[in-house]
Amino acid sequence: MTVKPLRTRRKFLKDLGYISVGFTLLGACTGVEDPIMAARVDYDGKLPGSMGRANTVNAWLEILDDGSIRILSGKVELGQGIRTAIQQVAAEELDMDLEKVQVQLAETGRTPNEGYTGASASIQNSAMSVRYAAATARQELLGLASKKLNAPITELLLYNGIVKSKPDNKSLTFAEILEGVQIEKQVSLPVPIKDKKEHRYVGKAIPRTDIRDMVRGQAIYIQDLRFPGMVHARVVRPPGYTSQLISIDDTTLRSEVRGVLKTVVKGSIVAVITEREYQAIKAEKYLRNHTEWTTPIAFPEYNNLYAHIKEDATGSETVKSVGDVTAASKETDTLKARYTKPYIKHASMGPACGIAMFDGEILHIWSHSQGIYPMREALSTMLSLDSEKIHITAVPGAGCFGHSTADDAAADAALLALEYPNTHVRVQWSRQDEHSWDPYGPAMIVELEAGLDENNNINFWKAEVWTDSHSTRPNKNAGTVLTARYLEPPHQMKSRGYLGGGLRNADPYYSIPNMTVNAHYYDGPLRTSSLRSLGSFTNIFAVESLMDTLAEKAGQDPLEFRLKHLEDERAIAVLQKVKALTISQQSADGEGIGYAFMRYKNTDAYIAVAAKVAIDKNNGKVNLLKMWAVVDVGEVINSDGLTNQIEGGMIQAASWTLKEQVTFNTKEITSSDWQKYPILGFSEIPEVEVAIINRPSEDAKGAGEVPLPPTAAAIANAIYKASGKRVFDLPITPDKILRA
Amino acid sequence: MPTYHLNINGSKSKIDTEADIPLLYILRDYLELNGPKFGCGLSQCGSCAVLLNGKPTNSCMLPVSTIGDAEITTLEGLESSEGQLHTVQQAFVNEQAAQCGYCLNGMLMSAVGLLNTNSNPDEKEIRNALQGNLCRCGTHTRIIRAIKTAAKNL
Repeated sequence: MTVKPLRTRRKFLKDLGYISVGFTLLGACTGVEDPIMAARVDYDGKLPGSMGRANTVNAWLEILDDGSIRILSGKVELGQGIRTAIQQVAAEELDMDLEKVQVQLAETGRTPNEGYTGASASIQNSAMSVRYAAATARQELLGLASKKLNAPITELLLYNGIVKSKPDNKSLTFAEILEGVQIEKQVSLPVPIKDKKEHRYVGKAIPRTDIRDMVRGQAIYIQDLRFPGMVHARVVRPPGYTSQLISIDDTTLRSEVRGVLKTVVKGSIVAVITEREYQAIKAEKYLRNHTEWTTPIAFPEYNNLYAHIKEDATGSETVKSVGDVTAASKETDTLKARYTKPYIKHASMGPACGIAMFDGEILHIWSHSQGIYPMREALSTMLSLDSEKIHITAVPGAGCFGHSTADDAAADAALLALEYPNTHVRVQWSRQDEHSWDPYGPAMIVELEAGLDENNNINFWKAEVWTDSHSTRPNKNAGTVLTARYLEPPHQMKSRGYLGGGLRNADPYYSIPNMTVNAHYYDGPLRTSSLRSLGSFTNIFAVESLMDTLAEKAGQDPLEFRLKHLEDERAIAVLQKVKALTISQQSADGEGIGYAFMRYKNTDAYIAVAAKVAIDKNNGKVNLLKMWAVVDVGEVINSDGLTNQIEGGMIQAASWTLKEQVTFNTKEITSSDWQKYPILGFSEIPEVEVAIINRPSEDAKGAGEVPLPPTAAAIANAIYKASGKRVFDLPITPDKILRA
Repeated sequence: MPTYHLNINGSKSKIDTEADIPLLYILRDYLELNGPKFGCGLSQCGSCAVLLNGKPTNSCMLPVSTIGDAEITTLEGLESSEGQLHTVQQAFVNEQAAQCGYCLNGMLMSAVGLLNTNSNPDEKEIRNALQGNLCRCGTHTRIIRAIKTAAKNL
């Protein structure tokens, strides 16, 4: 067979216009040259964690009859652009057009079980698994083709879905090579991967193709999914966490609201199913006014939150101990400070939505959950339904930045689909429920104590961290989904979830001879779970605020003070670069620049952030002028995707830092909509600038959570520079600056 | 139930529905237009915006009975009949001005509405025009850049 990829590959070249293409194209019969195959090098490191559960090529990659490739990823798209990154990696290893690689995201029974999409781990797990699976597929395809074409592998060319024998110009498509079977070979070390110097896609600013769909209203989010005959439902959530249903009277519901199909009462779950969506909203309002509930357990006084946290915490646990802090602290003057952060919301732009349909045997669910396999376990327990009978398809949702309400909406829909079978039941949450029932990022207290030696080096550091759970994500314990807690009998949380998340980055990355970190776990009044960067946000706010205070005590420049406590060259490089970016900045009266550094989890990406602010000394108003970030995530997969994540993360963190707090009175959560929970708007958005240090020879690390923690401290340090006022309690509002 | 004849994206749509239903639910639930998004139902976030006689308007609290003959343009109605993207749409693609994209409908509507009345807005005017549009991913600076690009290319 003769190779005829002319048209497609010309288009390919056109699409790649701005990228240097690593091989010249086309065969002798068309008057152009064969591509030159990029060199391969053996990868003999660690295989990603996700491959532990799925280590065959076909678990990750399928060859389709039309010559394209389908990648199966267990991750979900939440606006981070993971589809494009995965596409780049696969196309790279197989030397294909990007458009010939499609990416199927999580579906139970179809894609690998990759747990949750979170912890900035999709690049290092999913994308890297795809890299090794695709590289293994390439080897296998070459081996099979060698036999079929009767030519040694060294005489073969593999590109764009074909393998061609150089001597006789014969070629086979991938589908012809495999003859209808998929590659079941296990991925094993060493894997021959493309030499990174020859990368054409990876590391480049490949545009996301889904943005064109978004601007046309053609991108499908969970909220946009429709099925023939689909009905709409709303759940009437109780007045408080611990309220129970006393009575319901829906006798006049059908005469007051059109289209009511069914009222469902299961334990303390009250729901209504209607023909049209707005009918469900009206019916929910009716039912809210026609139900009686027990009074929930009172919340503590909001102004007393941090005292309440300390009272509630039981015991303390030393999680890090180096040297002798007690002895060292006796030899020096010490600095002490307490830093606090309130509960913060995920505040997704799209309130949660779930769709389910029970066909009499299988319960089908569509959800924007971050972990459809773990959610299936929770729903299996909640519904007493074998997990094999539950089929879940992940559908993109609005950015949610951690464990939000998606799983709860899916649980609502699942429950109602069993009550109203053979019909697709769609549950849409209201904004007020989204704001009030979210599992918030927990409030935290960090108390620090540190001292300098005679050379003005830090000689001891002591951290006391008060934290609630930073992950109550769904698992086989049904109490992890909200719906299950209101059934009869109720499923309660059986564990506290992931408490360790609160300690992330509590131990500074700096060289300090004596260090102790003590953890204090409290069980707070509000529902909590993972919010982007977990405890790192508060810990780095505290650590990097105190670093500036220590630098001042030492009489040293804050950047130089940090640099002299760092040994890691990559850490030093991001700080040097941020210094270079900001060195020419002039600060007028009332203006200041602050800096902060972090190595995420102390093992992953490096980042230095600078913030420039102007403070109005009369009213304390903060004008955030500009933010800079220098980031080193190791090997960069998509430089524009990375830049976008860092820019957005800084802006989101600026909003957390300057504006956000979940509020409540003794009866209820009061920050129940956007007016009561304001976030940063266009008039307050700073200019942002991101610089990337690309290190292709280093492991690729995730970036999504990385910009948030240092942003808070950089802003706090800038405010101090600008006004001489240091605020220790987030959010940094004008009144706190005036009082400081 | 009353009947409404709405001018949507250049054509008439006949809808039999309750008078108090907000326009957003007509567009999404009856006409299956996915451009306008449900974000809050409280007219606080801008996700549901449409152009009403060329002016950006939140549709989530706007009763269908109040619309009359007004010309409604949704995101789907911005591109030409030949499928050519509107200059503003193309600028958002070129600037990669999105992360999750859920708020994008409102951003585009506010941008088109602004450029309808001011073809050369400065940065402050752009920010003012978008103040009612919330974005959680933090793509604001890209959105501002896209609108500046669009203004140049109009």
